[in-house]
Amino acid sequence: MSSPSTTALHDLSVSDLARLLRAREVSAVETAQHFLARTKAHQSLGAYVALNEEATLAQARAADGRMAAGTAGALQGVPLAHKDVFVTRNFPSTAGSKMLAGYQSPFDATVVRKLAEAGAVTLGKLNCDEFAMGSANENSAAAPVGFDTPAPVRNPWDTRRIPGGSSGGSAVAVAARLAPAVTGTDTGGSIRQPASFCGITGIKPTYGRASRYGMVAFASSLDQAGPMARSAEDCALLLSAMCGPDPDRDSTSLDMPAEDFSRSLQDSLDGLRIGIPAEFFGEGLAPDVRAAVDAALKEYEKLGARLVPISLPRTELSIPVYYIIAPAEASSNLSRFDGVKFGHRAKDYTDLVDMYKKTRAEGFGDEVKCRIMIGTYVLSHGYYDAYYLQAQKIRRMIAEDFQNAFQQCDLIAGPVAPSVAWKLGEHGNDPLADYLADIFTLPASLAGLPGMSVPAGFGEGNMPVGLQLIGNYFQEARLLNAAHRLQQATDFHLRQPGGL
Amino acid sequence: MALTPQDIGRIANLARLELNPAESERMLTRLNGFFDIVEKMRAVDTSGLEPLAHPVAAVQPVTLRLREDIASEPNQREANQQSAPAVERGLFLVPKVIE
Repeated sequence: MSSPSTTALHDLSVSDLARLLRAREVSAVETAQHFLARTKAHQSLGAYVALNEEATLAQARAADGRMAAGTAGALQGVPLAHKDVFVTRNFPSTAGSKMLAGYQSPFDATVVRKLAEAGAVTLGKLNCDEFAMGSANENSAAAPVGFDTPAPVRNPWDTRRIPGGSSGGSAVAVAARLAPAVTGTDTGGSIRQPASFCGITGIKPTYGRASRYGMVAFASSLDQAGPMARSAEDCALLLSAMCGPDPDRDSTSLDMPAEDFSRSLQDSLDGLRIGIPAEFFGEGLAPDVRAAVDAALKEYEKLGARLVPISLPRTELSIPVYYIIAPAEASSNLSRFDGVKFGHRAKDYTDLVDMYKKTRAEGFGDEVKCRIMIGTYVLSHGYYDAYYLQAQKIRRMIAEDFQNAFQQCDLIAGPVAPSVAWKLGEHGNDPLADYLADIFTLPASLAGLPGMSVPAGFGEGNMPVGLQLIGNYFQEARLLNAAHRLQQATDFHLRQPGGL
Repeated sequence: MALTPQDIGRIANLARLELNPAESERMLTRLNGFFDIVEKMRAVDTSGLEPLAHPVAAVQPVTLRLREDIASEPNQREANQQSAPAVERGLFLVPKVIE
């Protein structure tokens, strides 16, 4: 373990930092102050959208108090930041939307509460695409800390590039070491893809593992919370605190007890069968990404795993299926934003319906409006069967394809995204290009399977490449084990961008 | 099948979204581009398949619970109304709906 005199606090892993805090070699207040100062020094990256130093330091003082009282939790005093899709007391909760500018939640999301109960201190809220709709974090209407107007979130590996989305601020905060670990949410790849683009580790658990209570809803049958950190070991620590049934608050929460996801990190990979889906390695995959992924797979062979060719024949269909189901559910979820009980309300209107229409026209950004329109259309009379139900049926086929594949393998590996992070504005005139780039993360999302991104090397422009690992339902511990063993054999997750 | 400007107007009304003419035109182009990639999904034979709502239901039965209909929260009216656009005497204000 490193000591604070030789290693800066922001270079420590969550587990090392927690150990230092427990040994009371550093206080939670000092730790929080260190990260707040660092966050402000690097605010040009646009990662944070809200800080409340007073609230953070009050939580840190309370954490120090619990430590002194001997009632420390597993994450006692560890500062974390939350994607602004989680509602929090003491910090505004905006989901990156003008619709919720300045919104103050009267309660904490279950995931936020559980992490706080484990002792974590909240540093602030992190930028994201509006209502988590996007793959580049270019759809945020929020002004980052230090800015008066919306500004891009920048990838610390090359600030001319996007960080990925929708958990872009989350990925940047970890990659630039502005937080030791953070929360994210994944609907169609929003944890895995930005983790891949920013060279960090992120996991989306099985759908239903983590409560959705207090997560601003995008697509309810797909949304899932998960941790993002530098290593699989740190993700395991956070995930253990985040999961567990929430029967009174989330009707889709599974009746599965919380687990210690760190328990099998060290297990041997000898004889592990890793399925390689042919459809993930076709023409659309950039050669630089392919080279990094192939090299990571070779490492797995050295660790005793066996690569097994498999097929996920409906991979391409996952794009239309996802982009029907997610907007359909979004159009329903976002109907609550009507300017009555919370959020933005237009100033001038003639009657109630006019107020709704103008409020929503002013409060929502272009991408959100587009998805609401798609969703409204596919749920409307005469189109429901042809689009929404058809998509839900193909969703079952996609889930069955995975079950067939898992007859032959223990987990599945492939790229997270077809390319490394692209330049800011590059897809600006073609939002469909963003949709198509989600192709490798959507299948596991539709099937509700756990998936993660693990740093696997570097591609074009020295940009990070992530390896995607997909497990069968409830196999998070196995995934984290496989990721951890790779991270013991490689050092990609320890590299950091220059200039910080 | 391509959407028409009339379709865009109808959907926007259902979605309670006001779109100006330039936005409507952009929306028409985007939605038609989008539904081009959806076409191949419509051709898939899904006869006899049940739609999948909770993904874990692909492998095990999942019951969507209802909780008991009992009050579990203290009265938090002020906290709940603090982000409301217009409130008077604890009530949400909306434009007049009944003459």
